[in-house]
Order: sequence, then C-alpha cells, then structure tokens
Amino acid sequence: MTSHRLSLLGKVTLYTLLLLCAFVFVAPFIWMISTSLKTLPETTAMPIQWIPSSLEWRNYPDAIEAMGDFWLYAWNSLYICVITVIGTVLSSALAAYGFSRIEWRGRDKVFLLVLATMMIPFPVIMVPVYGLFKDLGWVGSFKPLWVPALFANAFSVFLLRQFFKTIPNELSDAARIDGCNELRIFWHIVLPLSKASLATVALFTFMWTWNDYLGPMVYLINEEQFTLSLALQSFVDPSGGKGLNMWHHLMAASTLITLPLVILYFFCQKVFVQGINATGTKG
Amino acid sequence: MTQQERQNLRNGLLFISPWVVGFLAFALYPLLASVYYSFTDYSVLSPPVWIGTENYEELADDPLFWKSMTNTLFFAALSIPLSTVCACALAIMLNFRIRFQSIFRTIFFLPALVPMVCLGVIWMWMLNKQMGLVNLGLSPVLGDSVPNWLEDPAFTKLGLVIATLWCLGHSMVIYLAGLQEAPVQLYEAAEIDGAGFWRKISTVTLPCLSPYIFFNTIMAIIGSFQTFAVPWVMMKGEAGPEQSMLFVATYIYINAFDNWQMGKACAVALILFIMIAILTLSVVKLGERKVHYQ
Repeated sequence: MTSHRLSLLGKVTLYTLLLLCAFVFVAPFIWMISTSLKTLPETTAMPIQWIPSSLEWRNYPDAIEAMGDFWLYAWNSLYICVITVIGTVLSSALAAYGFSRIEWRGRDKVFLLVLATMMIPFPVIMVPVYGLFKDLGWVGSFKPLWVPALFANAFSVFLLRQFFKTIPNELSDAARIDGCNELRIFWHIVLPLSKASLATVALFTFMWTWNDYLGPMVYLINEEQFTLSLALQSFVDPSGGKGLNMWHHLMAASTLITLPLVILYFFCQKVFVQGINATGTKG
Repeated sequence: MTQQERQNLRNGLLFISPWVVGFLAFALYPLLASVYYSFTDYSVLSPPVWIGTENYEELADDPLFWKSMTNTLFFAALSIPLSTVCACALAIMLNFRIRFQSIFRTIFFLPALVPMVCLGVIWMWMLNKQMGLVNLGLSPVLGDSVPNWLEDPAFTKLGLVIATLWCLGHSMVIYLAGLQEAPVQLYEAAEIDGAGFWRKISTVTLPCLSPYIFFNTIMAIIGSFQTFAVPWVMMKGEAGPEQSMLFVATYIYINAFDNWQMGKACAVALILFIMIAILTLSVVKLGERKVHYQ
C-alpha cells in the first residue's frame, strides 16, 4: 500500500499517528539523557523540565567512579563478548556448512534436533550445567560464559545454514572436481561469500552477550570479574549499592552501557535489519 | 553405502562435531539430568538423594509456585497479544511508504537494543510514582490517583508490560519486511473488488503477515515465559510487593541459588518446559489452519 493512494485526510491522520507514536517511543530516551545531565535535586523538581538548567556533564565521570571499577567491568564485558563472538561464528559456520553443503545420510533429521534445542528454556538446563561447571572448578571464572560458545549455537547455525543454502552447488562441485577438500571449500569459497550473514551472527552474538545478566550473575563471584550488566545491578542494589535513588548517576550509567550498542547499530544498520529479516522469514 | 557417501558422512559429521559436543553437554545431558534431579534432594554441595515425587508434591501445595505460574501466565497473556497488535499496526503504518520511513523505523527499533539491566533501571525511573514520565503523562487525566507502578501489587506487572511494549521494535522490523514482500497485485485485486481500507487489511495484509506473526508468537512464548532480568532489576533484586513480580524463572533462580534447593528448582523448570511445549504445540496446531503461505 502506498501513501499516494490515501486521501489528504488519510495522510494527515497517518502522519499524526506516526508522530505521536514516535514521540512516545523516543520520550524515555530523551528523559533518560535529560536526567543524566541534571543535578540530583533537579531530577525530582516540579514542574518538570525537559532541558536541564545547566548541563552537568560531570555526572558521567561521577557515575563511573561511584560504580567502582567501571573500566574494568567494561573490559570484562568486552573480553567475554569478543571471545564469544569469535567462537560462535566459527563453530556455527562449521556446523551450518555440515548441515547444508554436504549431503549425508540423516542430515536433515539431525538438523531437526538443532531446531528442537531452541525450544529448551535456559532455566531447565541451568542447574545441571551449573553443577557441571562447579565440578570442573570453573565457577568464579569467565570460562562458563565463553566455553559454550565454542560449540555452536542453534540460532546461529540456523541463520547461517539458511544463507549457505543459497550459494549455488555448482561452486562446490567444481571445486571438488578440482580436488579441493571440504575444509578448503569452506574456508576459501563459502565463507568469503557469506560475509553479510557472518556479520549478522557476529552482531547479534555481541549484542546478546553484552546484554547477558543471568549468566554472569550465576557464574561470577569476585567483583573484579563483574560485567557491566552485573555492575549496574549491584550499583542499584539496596544493600550497599551507591546508586540507589541517585537518578542522575543511574541514567548516566544506563546511557553509557547502552551507547556501544547504539553506535554499533548506526554503523551496521543494514546488517542489523538484514539479520532480523533473515530470522523472521519463513524457511 | 558408496565410497563417496561414506566420505560425505564422515565429512558431514566432522563439520558438525563441535555442535554435537555442545548438544550432548549443554542440551541432552542437562535435560536428562534435570529430570533426574527433580526427583532428588540436591544442593550442589552434597550429592543428590533420591526422594521420589516429593518435590512435585511440595510444589502442588506451594503458594509461591502457584503465584509464579499465575504471574507468568498473566504477563504472557497480556504482553504477547498487545505486542503483536502494536507491532503490526506500526509496521502497517510505516509500510505506507511515507517519507522519513527509516528515521521512524530507527526510533521504533532503538529501544530493542537496550540491555536488560539498563531497561530495568530506566523503567524503574519511568514508572516512579512521583517523578516517572508515565505518571507525569497520566496526571492531567488521573490527578492524584495515578498508579503506584512499582509498589502496588495490582500494577507492577502492568508496568512491566509497558516496558516490554517499548521494546517491540524487533518484531516490527520483521513485520515490515513481511509486508514489503506482499505482492501489489493482491491489493489491486482487492480494490477492484471494492474493498475499503479495513477490508484490505483483513483480507490481504493480515494473511500475508500470518507466517511472521506465527513465528514471532512462538518466539515470544518461549521468551516471555523465561522473564527474569528486567523485573528482577526493577524490583531491586526481589520478587516485588506481595510477590507480584515472582515469575517462574525468578522462582527457579531463588530455589537454585538463594535456597540451594536444586532438586526443587529442576522440578519447577521441567514444569515450565512442559508448559512452553504445550503452548507452542497449540500455536503450531492453530497455525496449520490459519497461517497462509505464499
């Protein structure tokens, strides 16, 4: 449906509705940033002011300091994210290749298992997996957070397999006739052609890992190992968190922790949208 | 099997071997172990002791367990349909190929990027009784009887639903893509038949969107039944006034890591799994009749 089919009244209604919705969606962000630049008394002042009387940029370094070792937490988050992304992309690509570019008996039935695992809610596997990591002595380290990434992730395998299937079989066949083994075909032919979908998996994995709260909460004990998610929660915690009711600091901290993802989005908009569509489209 | 087939089998299995290890270690083993543990008394510090169906019997009489179930069902029953309707509506509006479409799309999508803990903190502020943006917006209409979103048990979950609706950008983008795949001829044919705006929506737009709604609904069921982080942070690491924000995942966490009752936690988790499976299958069955594929 195109807008030039709408009457003038229709167009006016449409744009008005959209602007209203846009305002409702954007308002929390504006309020968040506005609060982060106010002094504490100003945050609770009435009547409300959208624009702070003076831009208190120092709230940002103040919040960072109040949270403790902010840059260490950021580094921890980044470290775990990067390893997880590399591990996930590689292992999922290998699995997706096996499920799409090689014909072997039972392949598609086994793939149904991959899909089935997506239905398993995390709380169901949480306890035994915790027990497993405890027996290995890994609780209190980063290992439980990134080691599973080395073993492929159903969602990523699904996504990559969708894409690998669209690469013409002739390319693989020609390479096989030339004597190439599968690993070389994978590395030199299929992967280079799949940059967009690999980027999508990388982006989504990064976002999901940066976001992760339950994982770090269960496995990390020492404060020096906290990720940003964990650090923000303990900042807000009534028992000892210095951020409670310090709305200006809380909003500053939230803005900082969200910022990397927003920046990533603006640089990779196309990849994001492509990726979301690839997950939603029938296949 | 021929030589080639044998080789392909070997290669195929080699390529998927990392996944196989992951499947055994992080899917099959934990699933079976969870079933086993649910019949034991297990705190990770000492080995599990078989107690038969005692955990399940305890749960049947446990008001907290039932509260967590009703809370979760209430939240899912409210947030999934609302989210779907709003996301579809926004997608339909954006699909009119209006100017600035990508700016609008960005605005609606951005909240979906916000990390869960930040969401909890942001909405703790937005839903604040005196100073939150939501009540500031409602006070011209409701005056002093604005809801106390964070402290009134009747409103806490509603506040969570609002926060969840803010993040519907992800689904909206999928619906928008789906709409853009709808063939123009269908709309033209409908118009020739004299269909007005709403008729076109119900006979062309919605059927075209149905596979995407189907997929998103299943993902939403799986996701919303595992709700934990946002309400946990919003309620400052607790289950909320009168346990109104105690969800099944919350209860599993509390049993496992606050009370160290892993056996009971596994029992709750399995019940959760069965619930999700039943609901998902129902949606699939419904989908077989109602979903329209091109």
